[in-house]
Amino acid sequence: MIARLETTDVLVIGAGLAGERCAIEAAAAGHEAMILSLVPPRRSHSCAAQGGMQASLGNCVKAEGDGPIVHFLDTVRGSDWGADQEVASIFAEEAPVAVRELAHFGVPWSRVRGGRNHYFIKGEEVEIEEALENDGLIGQRDFGGTAKWRACYAAAGTGHAALYAVDSEVVRLGVTVRDRTEAVALIHDGSRCLGAVVRCLRTGRHFAVMAKATVIATGGYGRIYGQYTSNATINEGTGASIALDTGIVPLGNMEAVQFHPTTLSPSGILVTEGCRGDGGFLLDKNLHRFMVEAEPKKQELASRDVVSRHMVQCIRDGNGIDSPYGPHLWLDIRHLGEEHLRTKLLEVWDICRDFAGLNPAEKLVPVRPTQHYSMGGVRVNKDGEAYGLAGLFAVGEAACWDMHGFNRLGGNSLAETLVSGRLVGRRVAEHASGFALRTDTGHAFDAIAAAEQRATDWMSRSGGGPSIYEIRDALGEIMMGKVGIFRNGTELQDAVTGIQVLLNDCDNAVLRCKDPGVNPELAFALRLKGMLRLAMTVALGAEARTESRGAHFRSDFPLRNDQDWLNRTLVRWAEHDSAPSFAYEPTGLIDLPPGHRGYGSDERIEMTASIDSHNESVLREQTGHGRLESADPMGSRLRRGAWKSVAQ
Amino acid sequence: MSQERSQAARRLRFEIFRFNPEDENSVPHTDVFEIDETPFMSLYIALNKIRETQDPGLQFDFVCRSATCGSCGMMVNGRPALACRTLTADLPESIQLYPLPVFKLVGDLSVDTGTWFRGMSERTEAWIHERAAFDPEAEEERMSDDIAEAIYEGDRCIECGCCVASCGVANVDADFLAGAGLNRVARFMMDPRDQRSDADWFDIVAGEQGVFGCVGMMACADVCPKELPLLEVNAYLRRRALGARFLKRDRGG
Repeated sequence: MIARLETTDVLVIGAGLAGERCAIEAAAAGHEAMILSLVPPRRSHSCAAQGGMQASLGNCVKAEGDGPIVHFLDTVRGSDWGADQEVASIFAEEAPVAVRELAHFGVPWSRVRGGRNHYFIKGEEVEIEEALENDGLIGQRDFGGTAKWRACYAAAGTGHAALYAVDSEVVRLGVTVRDRTEAVALIHDGSRCLGAVVRCLRTGRHFAVMAKATVIATGGYGRIYGQYTSNATINEGTGASIALDTGIVPLGNMEAVQFHPTTLSPSGILVTEGCRGDGGFLLDKNLHRFMVEAEPKKQELASRDVVSRHMVQCIRDGNGIDSPYGPHLWLDIRHLGEEHLRTKLLEVWDICRDFAGLNPAEKLVPVRPTQHYSMGGVRVNKDGEAYGLAGLFAVGEAACWDMHGFNRLGGNSLAETLVSGRLVGRRVAEHASGFALRTDTGHAFDAIAAAEQRATDWMSRSGGGPSIYEIRDALGEIMMGKVGIFRNGTELQDAVTGIQVLLNDCDNAVLRCKDPGVNPELAFALRLKGMLRLAMTVALGAEARTESRGAHFRSDFPLRNDQDWLNRTLVRWAEHDSAPSFAYEPTGLIDLPPGHRGYGSDERIEMTASIDSHNESVLREQTGHGRLESADPMGSRLRRGAWKSVAQ
Repeated sequence: MSQERSQAARRLRFEIFRFNPEDENSVPHTDVFEIDETPFMSLYIALNKIRETQDPGLQFDFVCRSATCGSCGMMVNGRPALACRTLTADLPESIQLYPLPVFKLVGDLSVDTGTWFRGMSERTEAWIHERAAFDPEAEEERMSDDIAEAIYEGDRCIECGCCVASCGVANVDADFLAGAGLNRVARFMMDPRDQRSDADWFDIVAGEQGVFGCVGMMACADVCPKELPLLEVNAYLRRRALGARFLKRDRGG
């Protein structure tokens, strides 16, 4: 029997890489840490990251000259200037440390082989002599949107290897992990977060955990796209959802949703960008490499938003391959050869065999773009502390930190989980040191009672209402059909109307399972409203943003508009309010001026205000929107002008 | 492969184990469900279809649905398998699904693998036993790519529990390390970063719950969805455990 109230120093919600790395930092500092997880930690979705983790180690010939500043440049350009440049700078600087720390934890990174190596680059087989003195250093492969080879990798199981290594540290440190539990509400007093209400997914019982610091590390919200996502079944945005419910903490840039170019058709299972990084091609129905004309410079290795749009355009132009599940394109990795596919891309080999029944050394792989990553999430300052609620932090994909802006580069999220896990973990530990645990239980018992009431309401509703699964499926169709890769005002309005109907349906839906215990139908029903509310913030945010930036592309406003939209969307929506409220804050301090990304369109609406006047307003305006003070002053880690020495 | 087989629509008959430990009225039994087979149907698709259209209380676990996370191990017609990558086309019309044995039952087809694997990790201290603290300023220690690949091969276990469920020894002694545990030990043993000596390893490897507890049926190697070389792992551990150092120590003692 679980006690109704538990206490800990640091409560981490989510046991993926970001959450676990954060918990390690807190535990190593001497705090008691408890991790909640929907599933055993090693089943978290971090395990499915395949191709690589970006860090500018510069160990191989094609990575020569790389460094944190080049990585910073690529990241800001990749974000289409939507990123907070100071955060991108911190990230790029600390990524090499994070990769090396993983080696220390046991990750078997692929290593440089000194001497002659064969690679495929832009369709050509090339021979490159790797320096013998670099033999045995951590190797890099090419990925999209980067100037240098920078993705460190362990075959195509990089996330798996990283998660197992980090979880082994969690075990070593004796950190408590409560698997099969779900945080269903935050406990707070209006200005400070006091912990979370938790539902046990073994028994169905609710309890509360009171903590000095609470960390949301629940990953993305891809499952609001129904079956049209590469995400795991558990990526339902539960952490973002409970933050939104407070009405105090804003979510940032929810309309910034990434679509990965190559997921297996029709299952949506990810096929790593490393396939193209290692020399794979995209082909249309005539076996023509359409990306060579579309993006002569980067070809298949432009950023994901750009490649996905070209793929959909190619299909719309009638050059897709028809199938009973809709049209797709081909990924050709045959020329990489069986030996390479069964070592450096082993997981791709397995996935092709298990889920498409094909041998990728002999046959083409059917692929199409599918929802993949949530750039948006709980808005935090550079320490990872949430706007509006002291003691609440967010980290990893669940957060909008915000180093990805409107498009994340491949391999940058895996690196973010470790970099931000380390950094935010330190801040969390400091926070926990400076604060005595509050045990005023009133807020906790109220929150437990409210959570139990939600479950009771679902269980007691009867009649012939709609099924929760029909609502889920309808939501997926709306999101992929109308809030997808190409967006426009008319369809977005339709989407908003459609989601509103589903929100009403959700209030009338009826459960057919009345079983005691966890009750899988009830467990999903308790998340459904939150998913619909997140979807609404995505659709409304996309409708309001009348420009195109990164993955947010408006056919009716095809240009990036730095005059009016060089900002971040913030949305708040208290649980019982009928509609969300939107606000906009400056993106952050600008060091690298807005310009051309080096791929995609070079047309845009320029900003007319000076960068200095923009920068002067950032701290004041962000503070006005709820940003809490960071440990170091804003801008302290921006290496102003450093990019000028390397920009091309 | 399976999808090239004739897809004449079949009516599939699922016999599924049911028990809800949280329901005092529940007794272990099986329920029968019938659904129409569709092309490319996996057990992931089939079980969700049954839950969503016939019995919303049915418990099972899927997370990645791409044979990566190891959540969905279950007994499929008497054999442990990952349900997400099992295609109905590869099965007869009559399909029996039971939860994996050895692990504690959560409900129906869902079992608690997390507790077993954490316990195994703790008992074998499945982490790098290092040398010096991490130095954030230092270049990484070098490792040959061949060794990295060999360690990665051992690192590929997804902790699905199929090997444990298939193991005759683990079925009578749940603390037996079984394929996954022995593979984990070998993975750290071969890692040059791990400073444990053969003597440190001896108690873990050579006890009854270690490699000599194995009676050699090797079902683990047959059912491993990642095709890990568990036979070689077993041989490696036996060789190491009988290594010169132990023999010398035994003679000296």
